Amino acid sequence: MMLALNGDEAVAYAVKQSNVDVIAAFPITPQTIIVEKLSEYVANGELKAYYACAESEHSAISMIVGASAAGARTFTATSANGLALMHEILYIVSSLRLPVVMAIVNRALSGPINIHTDHGDSMAERDACWIQIYCEDAQEAYDTVIQAFRIGENHKVLLPVMVMLDGFLISHTTQNVDVLEDEKVSNFVKHRIPAEIEVFGKKVPLTLNPENEVPLTFGPLDLWDYYFEHKRQQEDAMEKSREVIRKVHDEYAKISGRSYGNGFIETYNMDSAEYAFICLSSTAGTVKSLIDKLISKGDDKLGLVRIRTFRPFPYEELPKALEGVKGVAVLDRSGAFGAMGGPVYNEVRSALYDSDVHPFINGYIYGLGGRDMTMEMLKSIYDDLVETVKSGKPKRKIEFVGVRE
Amino acid sequence: MSEDLAKPGWKQIPIAGVPFKKATEYHTGDWRTFKPVIDQSKCTKCLTCWIFCPDDSIVWDGNTVQVDYRYCKGCGICAEMCPVKAITMVKEE
Amino acid sequence: MIEIRFHGRGGQGAWTAVQILARAAIREGMYVQSFPEFGPEREGAPIRAYARISKEPIRIHCGIYNPDIVVVLDHTLLKSVPVTSGLKENGALVLNIPEKYLEQYIDKMKGPHDIWFLDATSLAVKILGRGITNTAMLGALLKAREVIPLKTMLETTREIFLERFSEEIARKNIELIKEAYKEVKKVE
Repeated sequence: MMLALNGDEAVAYAVKQSNVDVIAAFPITPQTIIVEKLSEYVANGELKAYYACAESEHSAISMIVGASAAGARTFTATSANGLALMHEILYIVSSLRLPVVMAIVNRALSGPINIHTDHGDSMAERDACWIQIYCEDAQEAYDTVIQAFRIGENHKVLLPVMVMLDGFLISHTTQNVDVLEDEKVSNFVKHRIPAEIEVFGKKVPLTLNPENEVPLTFGPLDLWDYYFEHKRQQEDAMEKSREVIRKVHDEYAKISGRSYGNGFIETYNMDSAEYAFICLSSTAGTVKSLIDKLISKGDDKLGLVRIRTFRPFPYEELPKALEGVKGVAVLDRSGAFGAMGGPVYNEVRSALYDSDVHPFINGYIYGLGGRDMTMEMLKSIYDDLVETVKSGKPKRKIEFVGVRE
Repeated sequence: MSEDLAKPGWKQIPIAGVPFKKATEYHTGDWRTFKPVIDQSKCTKCLTCWIFCPDDSIVWDGNTVQVDYRYCKGCGICAEMCPVKAITMVKEE
Repeated sequence: MIEIRFHGRGGQGAWTAVQILARAAIREGMYVQSFPEFGPEREGAPIRAYARISKEPIRIHCGIYNPDIVVVLDHTLLKSVPVTSGLKENGALVLNIPEKYLEQYIDKMKGPHDIWFLDATSLAVKILGRGITNTAMLGALLKAREVIPLKTMLETTREIFLERFSEEIARKNIELIKEAYKEVKKVE
């Protein structure tokens, strides 16, 4: 069914269909209408879930910790400084192996105070051991939220999942969103089944429940002698999530007819490309429009690799996708003060280091605080990249695109 | 620390940081320097010591008040709180 | 792909207008994007709202700088807002302005595009009893450029106004769109 939904509404619609048990959220700026819409669904009976209104984002995610530990399927959403306020609990969620799903409407972190899009908020959480999937448009946000429950709750994974959509450009822009029937989604996501663990020679559900045959303690002290082992387990889960992300993505493609590359990266016009852009989120759509325009004018040398899954990072897929390319422009929508470049730039370069693929790689920081990224700006980056390759001199210096001198 | 190397690896322990040993397996009685000794002739069985013991080491056996020396850390709170001074702290041998 | 920019004041319904337009276009099997000018909206302050309509899926995700059509909900905006900015050659400027003021504002309107005008405020006061011009200007827009069939616009408007308001308000707005469609004129 084709609806006119904005990104926020698309996310809320997906959550409504996904048999969620508990939603907790802080409702004030920088929150978006995702949770407002969900509160309506709960109030009018369309969604049978427990909805808790918290007094801060720190409390919202803490409530989610309790509910998820008790075995509930949980959802929350936030943005920018709200996500920053959740920071310490994010690490607790992943260490307790709680498959929470959270939508992040990417907005710039204050200060100066700003509510527009950039990726600084979620990039600051990239090492919190949450799976991170960046969506290009509202349709993908809808599809990805549904997939996220299946990915996180898989017993090989048991990690929380963040689903990112660009503030305003996607969250507040109405577009065509093809939604699946309720029953189809329900059959796909089913209900959460808690994992079992073995303690004292007994298999018990990994839930916070005094009725369990062996009641478990969640979140005890864990010092030098075990903390590292538990962190190593988290890394193992992140690695195992790769297979699950791919399987869930492919299975979803079968019921919806929609897929996003291989679930990790999506390529566009890479067969004939000599130059490639690498970016996340909605900018990829504008890059595709530029590529189409260039092709119509006879230039088919520019391609795109959009990174969809940033955690776990697709370090094996990237070198393959970039084979034969002479120059790569990596676009970062977040600052990296004092670093050699933005987070996407650094991880892409690192992924290529041990491979046989060594194109020129330029890093461009753009769009901070919602500064628009236009086709003209992208074209100027393309020209700059071609120039770098022709000159034979790598830049090794970050370019800022769209900032006034 | 070398004794840590003998502990189980990340593949052997349960995930999510949940404890996989019971607290009762930790015999904290060996932390003790002084031990509480109850003079049963003075004891009125009021169980004030049972209320205050932070380690659940005061045991009512149905007849008398006893100390579970496997877990008693020798903190002395019971002796301090006993209203009839029936408990004295005695140096461990 | 057709790109449209609405100029209005906070509270005049420019955002609602592009949402109606988007839903109507989807009903026609087309692809759309619609978005307000992102920022704090204050009643009376000049605001913009945008729409993209296309037969193909829309991938571009940046602002609209060169619209094919500009719709102005209130001619007093011409005093302070450069409404023709970026308007394409052969584009259309559709304004709510009484004919008697055309002469006074013509310098702010002219360019290599055609100009359509309608006294939508008077029409809205007559039919709705209030000077809300967003639906009237949708009718005027369709006469200037038939981005979607009028019939589809009327059906969608009815659907949205029934969801949000009442049968009576839906009926009056439909009448207003039809009248506006009839009465809008092109500056020759």
